[in-house]
Amino acid sequence: MNQLTEATMVEQVVTNETGSQSVEVENLVIDFALDNALFNRQYMRALNGVSFSIKAGEAMALVGESGSGKSTCARTLCRLYKPTDGVLKLNGRDINASGSKMTQTELAKQIQMIFQDPFGSLNPVHTIRHQMYRPIRIHMPELKGDAIEDYMLSILERVGLSPAKQTADKFPHELSGGQRQRVAIARALATGAKFILADEPISMLDVSIRLGILNLMADMKEEGIGFLYITHDIATARYFAERTGVMYVGHMVEWGNSDSVTQNPQHPYTQLLISAVPEVGRKRGNATVDGKKSQIPLWKPDSKGCPFAARCPKVTDQCHTEMPSVTEVAEDHFVRCFAL
Amino acid sequence: MTGVREPLLSISDLCVDYITDDGNARAVNKVNLDIYPGETVGLAGESGCGKSTLAFAIANLHNAPALITGGKINFQGRDILTLSPEELRQFRWSKASMVFQSAMNSLNPVITIGDQLVDVVLAHETISVTEAEKRAIAMLDMVGIHASRIKSYPHQLSGGMRQRVVIAIALILRPKLIIMDEPTTALDVVVERDIMDQLYDLKEQLGFAILFISHDLGLMGQITDRIGIMYAGQMVELGETEGIIANPQHPYTQGLLSSFPTIHGPKERLEGIPGNPLNLLDVPAGCYFQDRCSQCDTICIDVMPNIEVLQVPDERQVACHKVSQGDAL
Repeated sequence: MNQLTEATMVEQVVTNETGSQSVEVENLVIDFALDNALFNRQYMRALNGVSFSIKAGEAMALVGESGSGKSTCARTLCRLYKPTDGVLKLNGRDINASGSKMTQTELAKQIQMIFQDPFGSLNPVHTIRHQMYRPIRIHMPELKGDAIEDYMLSILERVGLSPAKQTADKFPHELSGGQRQRVAIARALATGAKFILADEPISMLDVSIRLGILNLMADMKEEGIGFLYITHDIATARYFAERTGVMYVGHMVEWGNSDSVTQNPQHPYTQLLISAVPEVGRKRGNATVDGKKSQIPLWKPDSKGCPFAARCPKVTDQCHTEMPSVTEVAEDHFVRCFAL
Repeated sequence: MTGVREPLLSISDLCVDYITDDGNARAVNKVNLDIYPGETVGLAGESGCGKSTLAFAIANLHNAPALITGGKINFQGRDILTLSPEELRQFRWSKASMVFQSAMNSLNPVITIGDQLVDVVLAHETISVTEAEKRAIAMLDMVGIHASRIKSYPHQLSGGMRQRVVIAIALILRPKLIIMDEPTTALDVVVERDIMDQLYDLKEQLGFAILFISHDLGLMGQITDRIGIMYAGQMVELGETEGIIANPQHPYTQGLLSSFPTIHGPKERLEGIPGNPLNLLDVPAGCYFQDRCSQCDTICIDVMPNIEVLQVPDERQVACHKVSQGDAL
């Protein structure tokens, strides 16, 4: 086990990534205002010092309970929120740099998002063709006339919506949930995006078709697209993503290789999370890890210590006053905890 | 299951149709199910397979366009479907209560949780308000909510606490059966486990039976005694939980069980179930699962399989020609 300081962590990420296509998030901090007061405005810290990277052809999963900041990460990468602190880089270029600012179109051509609810993310009064044409017209201006139609049909075929021509003529209500989510994926692909941020893409779908969507995304990953996969289901994170980050109240508490994180969890929160996952064939009541019953804290910019201290079974006095530093417990497996 | 025991609830040949302009969709198709006192029975299947429709039918809650078109529902020897509106009102909640799918939203946002509990008691029993309040506080205490929260409004509680309140409301009249329709789907796994542990502690104290509806076979495998698997309105497999999880017979059950990536276990590409759920307005003549089944044969296309009791391994009921013929699946 070697202790790493914050600075060397960031350095490592930077030196690894130069050259190849990647999205990098370094020490991201986001504060949300809790009121509209002119003076003494209160803030909550939704993300605190989060760093990770997504490489082309790889998936990074973010796992955590509701309110842990997973979706905020994705939304900040689409520039829906402005970071309070930290740097977001796309292929080495700062997306929020004030000098040569990247336009939203430039960013959207590279990074696209898929949302949880395929029923809400498509316009109900337009055909699939109309909804597919719009991103293609904006992001593929070199395509004209029939070329647009051919390109659109090829994308629909690629996501498994055949016969593509008939599907294109349909309205969203004529498609099933799984088919709609495929249309949402097709729209993201049509821009030529290299990175897709998938925010709980399968949690609203039927159990029997979830795997189909996951496998489709896995095939796209093989073709060189990078994914940020946001989920609360750590089992699918392990199934789909090479790397997994576990989040708790805006902090990344454990991250690294998915197999290492799920098979050998080191942080007490990850252990609690994994022991609570219901699993086919395991009987109720023999869970090994118990958390203390306590409220999830509201993290503020001046909060101190480890966010999990209030619920942690291994808590010490140090945990209430100091943020644990990062420890590399195995190759590509990092944990932020004193009790290792 | 000992044969001597009387079932608490006995559903026989139940059919529920949805009447639409395009025809009648049979959402529950000749389903038979017995629930014994103190037992937990799970119902699993994908959305639209009729599991929630079946749950609504037990409390006779259906309104047009849904119509119960056949069958009987016997609860402790009385047919629910023939009760008068007043008898039905008394039956609901005091004998069988429900925890609905979006339990988080099934509380009234402008009334305190204490009043909502008191309302339930006063609607069914003639006792004083103070007496009812005492009952409410005792019940909240049982589900792990401190009495000081009785004046709280639902928005002041977290999702997990709201779910506990809903369970408290469902249990306050001490029903014999509680129907839970995807009770923890909106919660994260740690909260889900806490609530399930608490529910089972209460079950030991109060001795009610649970009909647990979910698509999460993992959770179901841990908490139920028996599982019924539904597909397109039909019960396709019914049996003891351990047997079904370890040795599923129907191809749909097998597909469903292999649709979940596991957290431990080997990491391999899973294929799940191909195709899309059946459109109930356009049903085939034979087995409803034929389009998605890898074992499909001529007999499956022509003849609808009946649910049959297998001799081995346990008293498993399966509706599949291939299983009845003894072809190893």
